[in-house]
Amino acid sequence: MSWSGLFSQLLEIAVALLLAPLLTGWVNQCRAWLQNKSAPSLMLQYRMLRKLFHKESVVAEHASPLFRAAPYIVFGCMALASGIIPTLSTDLPLSPAADAIALVGLFAFARVFISLAAMDIGTAFGTMGARREMLIGFLAEPALLMVLFSASLITQSTSLTGIVETLAHGKFTIYPSMAFAGVAFTLVSLAENARVPVDNPSTHLELTMIHEALILEYSGRHLALIEWAGSLKMFAYSCIGLALFFPWGMAEVDAPGATILALPVLVFKLAIGGALLALIETVSAKMRIFRVPEFLATAFMLAVIGMLVHFLPGA
Amino acid sequence: MPLVALDCRFETLPGPLPMQRATVTREQWRAAPAAVAEVGGRLVSLWGSDRRGLDGGFAVSAAYALAEGLAWLSLPIADAAQPSYPDIARAFPAAGRMQRACRDLLGLVAEDAVDQRPWLRHGAWPEDYFPLRREHGGLESFAATPESYPFVRVEGDGVHEIAVGPVHAGIIEPGHFRFAVVGERVLRLEQHLGYTHKGIEKLFESTAPLDGHRLAGRVSGDSTVAYAWAYCMALESIAACRISPRASWLRALLLERERVANHLGDLGALGNDAALGFGLAQFSRLKEDWLRLNRELFGHRFMMDRVVPGGVDVDLDAAGGEGIRRQCDAIEAEVRTLKEIYEGHGGLQDRFLTTGRVSPQLAGQLGLCGMAGRASGEASDLRMDFPWVPYDELQATMASHRNGDVAARVTVRFEEIFESLRLIREIVARLPQGTPLVALNPLPANGIGAGWIEGWRGDVLVTMELEAGAIRRCHCHDPSWQNWPLLEHAVMDNIVPDFPLINKSFNLSYSGQDL
Repeated sequence: MSWSGLFSQLLEIAVALLLAPLLTGWVNQCRAWLQNKSAPSLMLQYRMLRKLFHKESVVAEHASPLFRAAPYIVFGCMALASGIIPTLSTDLPLSPAADAIALVGLFAFARVFISLAAMDIGTAFGTMGARREMLIGFLAEPALLMVLFSASLITQSTSLTGIVETLAHGKFTIYPSMAFAGVAFTLVSLAENARVPVDNPSTHLELTMIHEALILEYSGRHLALIEWAGSLKMFAYSCIGLALFFPWGMAEVDAPGATILALPVLVFKLAIGGALLALIETVSAKMRIFRVPEFLATAFMLAVIGMLVHFLPGA
Repeated sequence: MPLVALDCRFETLPGPLPMQRATVTREQWRAAPAAVAEVGGRLVSLWGSDRRGLDGGFAVSAAYALAEGLAWLSLPIADAAQPSYPDIARAFPAAGRMQRACRDLLGLVAEDAVDQRPWLRHGAWPEDYFPLRREHGGLESFAATPESYPFVRVEGDGVHEIAVGPVHAGIIEPGHFRFAVVGERVLRLEQHLGYTHKGIEKLFESTAPLDGHRLAGRVSGDSTVAYAWAYCMALESIAACRISPRASWLRALLLERERVANHLGDLGALGNDAALGFGLAQFSRLKEDWLRLNRELFGHRFMMDRVVPGGVDVDLDAAGGEGIRRQCDAIEAEVRTLKEIYEGHGGLQDRFLTTGRVSPQLAGQLGLCGMAGRASGEASDLRMDFPWVPYDELQATMASHRNGDVAARVTVRFEEIFESLRLIREIVARLPQGTPLVALNPLPANGIGAGWIEGWRGDVLVTMELEAGAIRRCHCHDPSWQNWPLLEHAVMDNIVPDFPLINKSFNLSYSGQDL
């Protein structure tokens, strides 16, 4: 492990922690603009986190230690995930510790804990949310794996840094398999991040909630951690998308100075991605929950087709 | 009146709509539901009154809507110790909750009624206290006693209950909903309302008749014009006062503006409940423009207290009329565009179509009324059925559909907006000259009157009895009474996350059915 590696690793985690709320704020701002509303401040997410950290955490009487531990576990998972996804540099000492498959496992781990915590309290809403979350999760995870495998087949590696290095380095090639994977990945990220058309992050209707129902009982610092983890998850997914489909502009092992230059490039790419997400959210309505399996099955199928296309002779 | 089978003597209540009243015997009361059902009538309202001190006992009244008009039957109950009357909920299920409320408020028992549970009494007052009885001031306070309301239990493999409310995650009125579900599928919904009891009907007894329109206008804020008009119609009926044509036309103008404002707001909210925030933003903007013009021209965004006994206390000049006409044109164009967007949006239509269906057959059996009724084939609208001034000259067209799902209710709302915009333009163009407010004739010391108005949700009924110059009993009926039970049916076999959408497509009043 080199000093520059350590530096870029720490920088990357710090950037993720700091930029993630900004990305959420940016998406909210774009969405408000697209709906002809005056937009909330970009800083709103930070202010909300600050407010929540200063508030008292109220915990249900019958909550078990699992309920208290879950926010820390979820936040830890998301922070770790943003540490192993290459965002600024591919020179990441943590990267060999976890490959693409482990990354999907990390997200699943967080999901299991937040769902268990939601059921722990025993309210109807928590259980309902947990049930719906697991429905979405068990369909989204295989699709995400297939997307990552499509990239792995091209680069002969399941290591995320390896994938990025190969895709960014080789001469510019259009991979048909990656086009399929790209569409599939977009669908999966919408579902995984509780966005319209699968879930509605801004709803107040307790009966329609998915992600919000899971966290209804949290308050104070616990809620702050979960909200922050939610932002980190969206940041992490955006970065996976950028790493797989738009890997250019990232620093590499032999060019440590480029890490600094990679930051504006990342911000630029995320700004465009966030605006596109806001556009998708504005033009779609939320689908009936039983359409979600069809939606995610489509994602899975596209990802599988992507993989098969890779094996086509001449493709 | 075609209720010849009853053989009772009807007296006509003076007023712009055909309304008749009769005092009936127990046998006639018992026979009335069948006679009404036979001629295709429906129950409008049921309420009780305390007549001890006048003629010794209590009275229970039922108002039926017939093709010829409103028939108000009143049954005196002589036994003041254990007052009871024959149940009519078997013929008209909508009467069930009204009978239960009647028991909670006055202690009148519907004999052999299937459901004898309390409805409005939530342990806030004891079982033997009846707030509407004359001996109580209505200001007594009691320590709240915890109650356990016996919900109907659904049992079976995999059935579980979701309890929602009365406090909700959004800022809406309080109401409790108990779902029995298997997975996401709703097997049964049971409502428990009555968290908004304010004692309005008791307050009427100490309100001067000429001030009562202000109180009536606050029964349900989104229907303030309809309630105030119905109240004034009842009062003018007692005073045998004819308001000026200009006053009638202006009242209709306000009523149609209220209808449009509510439909605009709800159409936006329906889009939002399907996560189409764009719809909410656009419709809210239109509604806001609409309300601001109300404030500019009539001094109040919701036109509260503008309808007063004897007419209206606002007038419209040429410039105001021009402003209204211009706004109608602008809003019509925008709503047409939004209608196209709603209808062309696959995701939204997928949520609306077949969701929360009330079949015409069910609607007829259970007495669905008003806007929701017109989406389920119940073609009734007082403005067309009994066109009074100015609707007799406006020739309004009724919006009517038979699908009975959320999409049908959305379509009816769109059509009613366009029709109301047309009516508003026509009213402004043809507004008769004259004074908008005439002095009310001196009120007789005793009298009985009724007012019946098609509000945006359905028909609002206000009945009034004056005694010695004071209000003896004033009953305000909201169409939500009839339509809440239908919501329980509409949501059956739908999935839980569709409930908010179905609920919003009806948008019933919690407060209006719990005075």
